[in-house]
Parts: sequence; structure tokens; C-alpha cells
Amino acid sequence: MFRDILKKFRFRPDKGSSELGTAAKLSFSDHKCPKCGHDITADEELEYLDVCPYCGYHERLSARRRIAFTVDPGSFRELFGQITTANPLDIPEYDEKLERQRKKTGIDEAVITGVAEIKGQKCLIGVMDSFFFMGSMGSAVGEKLARLFEYGIREELPVIIFTASGGARMQEGVLSLMQMAKVSAAAKLHSEMDLLYITVLTDPTTGGVTASFGMLGDYILAEPGALIGFAGRRVIEGTIQGSLPEDFQSAEFQAEHGFVDRIVPRGEMRELLSRLIKYNRPVITKRWMLKNFISFWDKDKDKERSYE
Amino acid sequence: MSNQNEKSSAALRKFRLSHHPHRPTVQYYIENIFDDFIEMHGDRTFGDDKAIVTGIALLDNTPVTVIGNIRGNGIEENVECNFAMAHPEGYRKALRQMRLAEKFSRPIITFVDTPGAYCGVAAEERGQGQAIADNLYNMMALSVPIISVITGEGGSGGALGIACANRLFMLENSTFSVISPRGCASILWKDPEREADAAEMLKITADELLKLNIISGIIPEPDGGAQNDPLLTAKSIKSTIVENLMQLMQLSRDQLRLQRYAAIRRIGIYNDAKRTDNQEKKGLLHND
Repeated sequence: MFRDILKKFRFRPDKGSSELGTAAKLSFSDHKCPKCGHDITADEELEYLDVCPYCGYHERLSARRRIAFTVDPGSFRELFGQITTANPLDIPEYDEKLERQRKKTGIDEAVITGVAEIKGQKCLIGVMDSFFFMGSMGSAVGEKLARLFEYGIREELPVIIFTASGGARMQEGVLSLMQMAKVSAAAKLHSEMDLLYITVLTDPTTGGVTASFGMLGDYILAEPGALIGFAGRRVIEGTIQGSLPEDFQSAEFQAEHGFVDRIVPRGEMRELLSRLIKYNRPVITKRWMLKNFISFWDKDKDKERSYE
Repeated sequence: MSNQNEKSSAALRKFRLSHHPHRPTVQYYIENIFDDFIEMHGDRTFGDDKAIVTGIALLDNTPVTVIGNIRGNGIEENVECNFAMAHPEGYRKALRQMRLAEKFSRPIITFVDTPGAYCGVAAEERGQGQAIADNLYNMMALSVPIISVITGEGGSGGALGIACANRLFMLENSTFSVISPRGCASILWKDPEREADAAEMLKITADELLKLNIISGIIPEPDGGAQNDPLLTAKSIKSTIVENLMQLMQLSRDQLRLQRYAAIRRIGIYNDAKRTDNQEKKGLLHND
């Protein structure tokens, strides 16, 4: 049954975009579905974009894979790739851990940001990668996303963020917590320009990302079965001294409680995103004011001190 | 070993002091800083959260909107206020009052003293994440001055949900942290007993956070902590609020928003333009 539904929206992803670098070549292999255990061939994996054709389970995607599965082949250009994590609190072993994560995933940060086209619709996208430090948000992730929104204001482009995160990155203390406020503030400015912001909540989206830009999209979409919540499951089980139902904090749970606009299977995502961009064009208003706002910030980052 | 660490950890001592049972509560500060406090209840959607108090009060004859976390005195009140851990309706109640402050051009003063937002089934069902996100988002757009003071424990997103301010202050012995030291130690080293190490590492004290440019200033406490002279502490908080409010009230509505944006936007320490191995391999580096 799933096979038919998914086939209808089949899309051949870009298997080795030069813009993503040679390391980005996607590999597909025979394996078992982690959920139902059915054998999946490499061909099927490619055809169904890492969704099990037998049970509909959406496997977690790396940021690179997500980009290749979502944007028009060859259209992605990375922005702000030069921003990487420092070790502001001098945490022992943090640098080593980061190095290991970079080697393992081939990317430098838990989010990749850039400009792309989806079925010909130009947009900015930020894609988080749960394989990199659990997609946790530190200063670099916050900075890249805030710059993405500011770039969107300057270029009048919609922003789409695919979330996948365990929350704030503990190793950066309150600096990482404040990234929640920072990205939300930038999203608000972007919104006041009447520009479109869509969030796609993917497995898993929890903690500080749910409690900030994850829940701030004009439209909030989610992949089937994704874990979406604020507090961790074990924390809540500890509080209530009992166990929670299987579907607690699933995408379907969030949709039922009114926090998600639509649950969208992976094969339909491109189509829907392109339509949303097309149907939500901004009307020209008060832009000059907000552009001044941003250029003011760009020119002199310490300008606010003059008010103190 | 862990005992020794505890003795040497000033951060953990402060963390314990920040939620000491005798430490003055936000209620005490509200009573002693403002006149004529009128409490307002309810989020108009679900209910009234007793973990967050909201209302209008006079600060030296100027009407202001006051928002704060409520711990309560004694175990009965603690339970009634859910130990200052708010549900989504608490954040929505606060936002409603902040919007009224905007409508009537009243400055907003918030007091933070919470271990964090509540983690429970009902909180998830009613959108704890969405409620906090909405506050971060909409506090950015308010064109009235916002001053926040962390008086005790500033617990993660639950604290931040009412603390996106033009000026954020901390009492000398208060703490502000992304995770409790105990929680951090058990995740990082699988050993909650190492909370002293975690407390030092996380940089949760007011002086460390001032160095990191996260807060605007520190409000001094009497020797040994606020509990030794609550009234003097309330006076120090009041003078800080009054002084800063006078400066902020000179700004136009747009300038207030800009100042708040810039104050939050500049937070973060990262490498810019440092090439990593992956980038060398890729041979591509877009600098936009």
C-alpha cells in the first residue's frame, strides 16, 4: 500500500552534487528496515528516499541527504559554511569530540544553511543533522540560522528549516540557551517583512529547538512518526513515575493536539514546499523600515552601546 | 574526592544558595519594590497558572507590568505553585499581560526564579515548547522597555521564556543555567555526584555570565546572601530598575526594539572563517 502512495511522487535526487563536494556523494545499500525488519534493496532505498516501502518508516537523514532529497539537483549553494563551533567555556574534550563528529559526518556543524531552489522556487534552507552531536544547538548553529533569516530579509526570500535536534548544546552553557532567543528574534524580524517561514519537524525535534524556532513557522510540517516534544521522555516518566504510551510526542500526537499543520510523507515534501512558496508571496509593505533595521545592525554590531 | 570538590566549588555553593529555602521570593520583592500591585489571572485559553504571577503595579508612581515566577513559602504553597515550574498557560498568561503593556505603553519588569518549565504529560499536550517559543518571538517585537532580574534560580528555557529583555540583571548569588549541574554531570559523566565539577564548568554564576556578555549587570546582595537582609536586597533591585528604566525611557519605540535585538543578537562565541579539514577536502568555501 505504501509502495503505491510513495511511487506516485517519486523524485530522483541529486546523487553527487558538486556544490556539496565529493564527500557528499550519496550511497545506497541493501539493508533491513530498522522498524519492521524487512529487507530493503539499494534501488528501493533510492526510489523511496530512505522510507521503508513495507511499513512507511521514515529513516533519519543526514543534512546532506536531506538537501539532496529536497532541492532541485545542482541548485544548492552553501551559505555561512565558514562559521564553526569554538570552545567558549574551555570544556575539556569538547574540541576532540567536535573533531570526531566532523570526521564521522563529513560536515562541520549541526546545521547546513544555504540558498536553493525547490521545483524552481527560490528559497533559503537550513537543515539540521541529528548525526552531528545530536543536532544540538550551540553558538555556531544559532549564528548560522540568525544570519540565514537576516539574509532572507535582505534578499526577500522565504526560509525553510528542517529541524532535527536534541536541544541546546550543554557544552556551551547559557550561550547555547540564548541562541533560542537569538534565532527567534531573527525569525520575528523576517516575519515582520511579511516573508514566509516554514518549519519541517523531523525525527527527533526536542528541547530548545522545539521551544524556539521549531514551533515558530508560519506553517509547521512534520514527517510521519517523528519524535517531537519539549521535555525528554525519560524525564517525564521520572516525574509521573510511570511509563508513557508509545505514540506520546509523535508527529501524529502533535498534530492531534493542534501544534502541526500537516504531516507530510517524504515523497510529497518537495511538491508541497514548492506550492507553499508559490501561494505565500509577500505583498510589498513597510520593507524599507526593516531593511534599515538590519543594515544598522550590520554596520556596527556594538552600536546599541551608544544608548547605554 | 567529591566532598573536596564541593568545598572548592563556589559555583555549586551559589547554585544551592540560589534556591535556599530562606532566600526571599519574587512575591517578597514585588511587595517591597512596587506600590499598589493588582494581580491579573488567566491565559484566556485554558486556565490560570499559579507558578507565574502577573499584574500591574506602580513603580514610584509610574504604572508598570510585573511578571514573575512564584515559588511560595512553605511546602503547601510550594506545591500549589508547582515549585515555580510553569505550564504552557503560565507563559501564555505572561504574554497576554505583555501585550497589554504594549497597548498602554507600560514598561515590563520580570522576575525570574524557576528551576525550569514543567516537564509533564499535560504540559506537552498543551504545547510547552510552542508556548515558550511564542514568548521569545513576541517579546522581540514589543516596543516598550523590558527589564528582567534573575533573583534566584534561572532554569533554562523556562526562565528564558520571560527573560528576553532590553536589560537582563542577576542578583549576585543567583544562577542561570541551560541544565542543572546534577543533570549535566549525569549526562556527561554518568555520575550525578560530580555536580560540583559541572557547576564550575557550565559558568552559571552572575560574574561569569557578565564576562560572557550575556547579562547587563549584577545587583549586589548583603554579606552572606539576600536572606540576611531581604529589604536591603529589594532596595538594591529597585534602584537598579529605576535607574535603567530612566535610560530606556529616553529611547523611541523603534530604538527600544533595536536595542533589544542587538543585545540578544550579539550573544554567542564561534569561529568565523576558520577552515576545517572537511572544508579543505571539499575545496569549496562560500563566504557570504
